[in-house]
Amino acid sequence: MNGSAPLVAVVDYGLGNLYSIARACEHVGLEAKITGEASDLQSADAVLLPGVGAFADAMAALKERNLVAALKETAFAGKPMVGICLGLQLMMSESREFGAHEGLGLIEGTVERLPEDEPDALHDQGRMLKVPQVGWRPVSQPSAGRWIETPLADTKPGTFQYFVHSYYVKPHDSSVVAAVSSFGDTEFCAAVKKDNIFACQFHPERSGPDGLAIYSNIARWLSEGGFTQ
Amino acid sequence: MTVRIIPRLEIKGPNLVKGIRFEGLRVLGKPEAFARHYYEAGADELIYVDAVASLYGRNSLLDIVERTAAETFVPLTVGGGLRSLDDIREVLRAGADKVAINTAAVQTPELIRDASRKFGSSTIVANIEFIHHGDGKYEAYTDFGRESTGLDAYEWALRVAELGAGEILLNSIDRDGTGNGFDLELTRKIAEAVPIPVIAGGGAGSVEHASQVVREGGADAVSVASLFHYNLIKTLPQDDEAFDGEGNTEFLRKGGGNTRLADCSISELKAHLSAEAIAVREAA
Repeated sequence: MNGSAPLVAVVDYGLGNLYSIARACEHVGLEAKITGEASDLQSADAVLLPGVGAFADAMAALKERNLVAALKETAFAGKPMVGICLGLQLMMSESREFGAHEGLGLIEGTVERLPEDEPDALHDQGRMLKVPQVGWRPVSQPSAGRWIETPLADTKPGTFQYFVHSYYVKPHDSSVVAAVSSFGDTEFCAAVKKDNIFACQFHPERSGPDGLAIYSNIARWLSEGGFTQ
Repeated sequence: MTVRIIPRLEIKGPNLVKGIRFEGLRVLGKPEAFARHYYEAGADELIYVDAVASLYGRNSLLDIVERTAAETFVPLTVGGGLRSLDDIREVLRAGADKVAINTAAVQTPELIRDASRKFGSSTIVANIEFIHHGDGKYEAYTDFGRESTGLDAYEWALRVAELGAGEILLNSIDRDGTGNGFDLELTRKIAEAVPIPVIAGGGAGSVEHASQVVREGGADAVSVASLFHYNLIKTLPQDDEAFDGEGNTEFLRKGGGNTRLADCSISELKAHLSAEAIAVREAA
């Protein structure tokens, strides 16, 4: 890695698939630093908030490490921020996973549980709809909101991405929705783009070449000066 | 939801191995090489199971996981010998996306609950390895098929789902490696009873077995080992790099094949499922 590669701080709060994310960053020419230090967030070119785990535990872990304020400052300073899976959910104002919990509040909206099927309902090609939703789903362009002006730009609508989640985000402002996907009859927000923030419910670092293409775009945007376009 | 096709790679020391009914493990090559190939061929996920539970041993599983995660960009589930929250954290840090837990969960069921609270339920896969004793009696086994538990596999599946497991990985010990087809009865019974995804494993001997376990077994995902391994091995170069000299390498040295199976590639299996109107992610 040469010295001019943009530096991404991958936020380490004791949970998560940090290594997969760091590898995906490096694969597209970004320098990834896995860190739990607020000062590293300040000095990085971008901050990536990853996501495996339960909402309340994750918020508690961020607080314990004094990262809540640092993440809010990063967002308000206009530094490019990326959220993945739970990372996206943490950016919302509130979640209802195991009780109501306050989030980072970077995006106005809530985190909701995927609707569970009735035990005898057979909605999915003869199989029950299961929560967590685990697997590959096509990701599409939202009716309102944007796609083109996000790191999804070079991804063909309908491309499969890998999801592992029991909850999804519901932004109050539909114009921040960058992509949608579905769970049975429920259409949900699969990605958000708001100012300097891009965040997705799926795992682009686990979605093969089509996911890496999103990381490539993030890398290109960072080397061209940021997300606020 | 698309049905996931998941190559299952059993690991012993530095090598990929495969046996029949979890016994007579033959060395087939290096797990990283197979994993990379399966990733490029359109595998939807990968499963590593350490047959000898060597998390902190020589040729540590962690090293293999780390090397694999550097080259493959689909979800990786790792199981075999994970006993505590710390073990789980180590494996996730090495690049695994999920962990499969069997023995430790049978000994301490609360581990499933604690781990799913700690790491998210979707990270925790309950691995149920079972033997069909006949007459619909299914017993769960631990320690890579060596220890009986007295637990009814169906009851145990309900329990792990209640405890917060995100998925159930089923593996039929008596069908493993035989090519006789999946256990449809138990798969169906569990898939209909639990609200979480069920991955069927053990017994795939042809592409038809996979469509059968989706249609008749209600499986959400299909795990396949011998069927893919014995197909891939025909095309991989068997040079000095192909495997480590440790273990039973006789099979490889003799250049043997496996005639029990109508082996196939990932794209052949997916093409079959598509033709059967079962939705799959298109292979790259």
